[in-house]
Amino acid sequence: MKFITVAGPPSSGKTLVLIHLIRLLKDDDLRVVVGKIDCHETADGALFKERLGIPVVVGRSDYVCPDHYGVVNAEEIFKFGEAHEADITIVETAGLCHRCAPAIKGCMAIAVVDNVSGIDTPRKIGPMLTTADVVVITKGDMVSQAEREVFRSNVLEVNPDAKAVELNGLTGMGALNLKRLVLDAPEIDTLTGRELRHDMPSAVCSYCEGETKIGSDYQMGNIIKMDVKEV
Amino acid sequence: MDINEIKIVSGADKNGNPEAVEELIIRKGDILVLAGPTGSGKSLLLSDIEQLANGDSPSGRRVLVDGKIIDPFSTRITACLSQNMHFVMDLDVGSFINLHAKSRRIATSNTVEKVLELANDLAGEPLSANMHLASLSGGQSRALMISDAALISNAPVVLIDEIENAGINKTKGIQLLSTEGKMVLIATHDPTLMLTAQKRIIFKNGAMAKLIQSNDIERKHLQYFLEIDRVLESFKQSLRNGNRLDEETLKALIELRGVNHGQ
Ligand SMILES: Nc1nc2c(ncn2[C@@H]2O[C@H](COP(=O)(O)OP(=O)(O)OP(=O)(O)O)[C@@H](O)[C@H]2O)c(=O)[nH]1
Ligand SMILES: Nc1ncnc2c1ncn2[C@@H]1O[C@H](COP(=O)(O)OP(=O)(O)OP(=O)(O)O)[C@@H](O)[C@H]1O
Ligand SMILES: [Mg+2]
Ligand SMILES: [Mg+2]
Repeated sequence: MKFITVAGPPSSGKTLVLIHLIRLLKDDDLRVVVGKIDCHETADGALFKERLGIPVVVGRSDYVCPDHYGVVNAEEIFKFGEAHEADITIVETAGLCHRCAPAIKGCMAIAVVDNVSGIDTPRKIGPMLTTADVVVITKGDMVSQAEREVFRSNVLEVNPDAKAVELNGLTGMGALNLKRLVLDAPEIDTLTGRELRHDMPSAVCSYCEGETKIGSDYQMGNIIKMDVKEV
Repeated sequence: MDINEIKIVSGADKNGNPEAVEELIIRKGDILVLAGPTGSGKSLLLSDIEQLANGDSPSGRRVLVDGKIIDPFSTRITACLSQNMHFVMDLDVGSFINLHAKSRRIATSNTVEKVLELANDLAGEPLSANMHLASLSGGQSRALMISDAALISNAPVVLIDEIENAGINKTKGIQLLSTEGKMVLIATHDPTLMLTAQKRIIFKNGAMAKLIQSNDIERKHLQYFLEIDRVLESFKQSLRNGNRLDEETLKALIELRGVNHGQ
């Protein structure tokens, strides 16, 4: 089975991109299963079900970081895919803080970013973008050709090895190129023992444990104080 | 990137029947219009070209560049002029042109000047380097996009998916791209634009149903289409300036019709 992670800022177009991609994969008689990781309520699960009629599983990380939650549950989603005899299992994650990335060594990692977020965004996203094999760029219809070209060149500047695919989430233009890359994604037998491409933050402080009060007296564990100096 | 010819080897319509037009060849400087009812497959052909379909798109078409299948990830041959009329970048026009030219590694000292000169040739109101992108009108933005596509994007093929009017001297903009040696493909519902091209493909049920070569008689119609456009444009101006229509304007219209019938 192929196991593919898809990450990207909120509303960058991950779900719409996947819907167009999976539609093409289904035309090729491939069985696709989707796992969606989010921290809040999400309508994505229902959307996949309704538009594509494929098996979907949704995980809500609730009070823990969605990226940690995603790794903790990757095997479970993998097994869900196996149980449905999927050829491809795709996980859509809601990476929020841009500190980490769900990419796994040996599994295809896709990042979705949108043109409208501004030409400097590729430099700000960090590991989610730099560890990706494929970067899908959406919302090209909302900017000019020039802006698309500059954005794309900024993406390739921070991740020169990535394949960049421009895809319109509304019309699906570009989905064919993404399908071609996905068909070439590696197959794996198990996730157990595989490694993340990028480490997760060591965030074990009192606030992780549910503390809500401000002040040094309440701060314990892995605490870093900033050096307050005027820039 | 320099290419001389694109060949489209046809596929099937929505029901799987072979397309009537078996093969389509587009050469440097060609302007090709795609026409047909909505949903007939114009945008899919543009998409097939943009992604260099190799029998793997819904139409089953294959796109050959100078006779060969090429890798869609290593070479980009298309630029798209989208429907959008505004920029989202927060920059002045000059810096924007420089930034784009730099990303393409072709910036020279007079790049900005050249792009502006061409853009001003197309836009109703003049543009200058120190204007802010956000302050440009739809027409000015569009003119800048076309001139930038002609001079800075080095893509040999320009795809235009027109849903409605572009708001600038569009026939001139398209001629300009063609003179720069681009292959221009336009999906449109606008009769004036259709007649601007030497060739047009008519789409039906997802297939290229007919290839029509335009001729002198058709070109003579174009002259009147443009005249009608001009009349409508002058009414638009007049109405937007708060004028009312009256006996006079009606008479002028009727006379115009008389003149055209007389010829
Ligand atoms: N114009 C335009 N809008 C797009 C495009 N892709 C996505 N959108 C818009 O962006 C919105 C969000 O798209 P989604 O696919 O839900 O984004 P997402 O990344 O899955 O969002 P979350 O899962 O909520 O983080 C959609 O409702 C569309 O309106 C595109 O290519 N062009
Ligand atoms: N040959 C074909 N085989 C299968 N599907 C097709 C074919 N041609 C078009 N389609 C599908 O039909 C739908 C409508 O086609 P398309 O969007 O290209 O129409 P259009 O001519 O651009 O319409 P409009 O004028 O409204 O923009 C799309 O989903 C497209 O993928
Ligand atoms: Mg989503
Ligand atoms: Mg269309």
